[in-house]
Amino acid sequence: MSLMSEVGQKAFNLGVPIAVHMDVTYRCNERCVHCYLDHDDHGELTTAEVKDVLDQLAEAGVFFITFSGGEVFMRRDFFEIVEYARRLMFNVKIKTNAVMIHEDDARRIRELGVDTIQISVYSHRPEVHDAITKLPHSFERTIKAIRFLREQGLRVTIANVLMTANSFDHSEVQKLAAELGVQYTLDPTITPMMDGDTSVLSLRIPGEELPEIFHNPALVGNQDEFCAPPKPPSEEDLEGYSCSAGHSFCYISPYGDVFPCVQFPLPTGNIRHQKFLDIWNFSPEMKEVRSIQAKDLTVCSSCSHVGSCTRCPGLAYMEGSMRGPSTADCEKSFYRTGVPTANMLQQGLSKPRTTIPLIQIRSIAVPA
Amino acid sequence: MPENCIYITRSSAIAARALAGEMMVMNSVDSTFFTLNEVATAIFQAADGHTPLREIVRDRVCGQFDIDPEQALADAEQFVAELSSHGILLVSNQPLASEAP
Repeated sequence: MSLMSEVGQKAFNLGVPIAVHMDVTYRCNERCVHCYLDHDDHGELTTAEVKDVLDQLAEAGVFFITFSGGEVFMRRDFFEIVEYARRLMFNVKIKTNAVMIHEDDARRIRELGVDTIQISVYSHRPEVHDAITKLPHSFERTIKAIRFLREQGLRVTIANVLMTANSFDHSEVQKLAAELGVQYTLDPTITPMMDGDTSVLSLRIPGEELPEIFHNPALVGNQDEFCAPPKPPSEEDLEGYSCSAGHSFCYISPYGDVFPCVQFPLPTGNIRHQKFLDIWNFSPEMKEVRSIQAKDLTVCSSCSHVGSCTRCPGLAYMEGSMRGPSTADCEKSFYRTGVPTANMLQQGLSKPRTTIPLIQIRSIAVPA
Repeated sequence: MPENCIYITRSSAIAARALAGEMMVMNSVDSTFFTLNEVATAIFQAADGHTPLREIVRDRVCGQFDIDPEQALADAEQFVAELSSHGILLVSNQPLASEAP
């Protein structure tokens, strides 16, 4: 186990929120066809409020903070926020489309000691990338920004979200990343919009195309290991937890709402009305998320994949129960290994049926 | 002031946070990651650029942990050398200039 994994496990065991994902805005200069966000500003945290949150997070033991959005640079105070976070000695990662990053900004990012910048690139073909972002010349501007950041010696990762429009471009995007000297990561998950609109799910690449991705060593590493049939679950597997959501990780929205994860829209409190540590330690919702072990899962506890599945409790929650299966992950487990999941067998299916999540991130209504 | 005084400062390129009494430290330049034990954490936290290392060891280490002063200083110097080689601590034989009021 690496030192980083050991520390992560220690934080998990102690219930310390070692990592937080904070969206500082939902506003954006792009209008990506698959985006799940409402880009209007419904009352973002002010600069002073964000700084107060950062003070509280430092006190709570948060070490890694990811600033994301929306597009983070839509906030004019974004550098002020990063500077404040760095003064509090957070390890800062930024997720951005990079369109607004110029040479001077890249230098500033380096001077502030930002750890990593993750940038969305959808295709190596400018016309495909721009058609997805709906912002003309966005590909050109994003790639130019990546070069500025690399010139400063910064670590950059290209995030390649796959959907129907770009499903065959991942190899070329990976080559582009290598040419630019940056890391590459792929994500085949498209989630419904915040207002519950599920039309974007039609952009998901069909499950039948997943085996091509899962059996590509350039994307998954050791293919035999990655696609191996699941081992019979051990007692340890059944005592285990799904992920770090609510254990050592959480998500904060631009309006101060706190959730177990960016993909787990269960409201647990709002930092405009409560202290972060009070929400983290005492929210009944956080406690419930934290209490669920694999043996408590309604369907998955009897699934042969339970020890190796990437089951997302947030996606399961969106389907109706945080203790239930996440169909998107059932699909991945099946297409990765060829072995049907308990969820499929229970429904008498020979291949997964993608269901539509029902619950989405919404602001918490707090009485005046 | 002794001639061999050394002063240590935390680099501005690092991230750091205490977890259950131990300090996690990461250098953003090369992502090297360390955890410091309780004694090393005490030295790291006192690295203000103004207090000589010998004084830090005397007050923060020998004062709180049952350690031989000379051995503690030798260990501290070794620890400082290692962290400075990774850009975590900056070492100088002069104290940091005080900021103008």
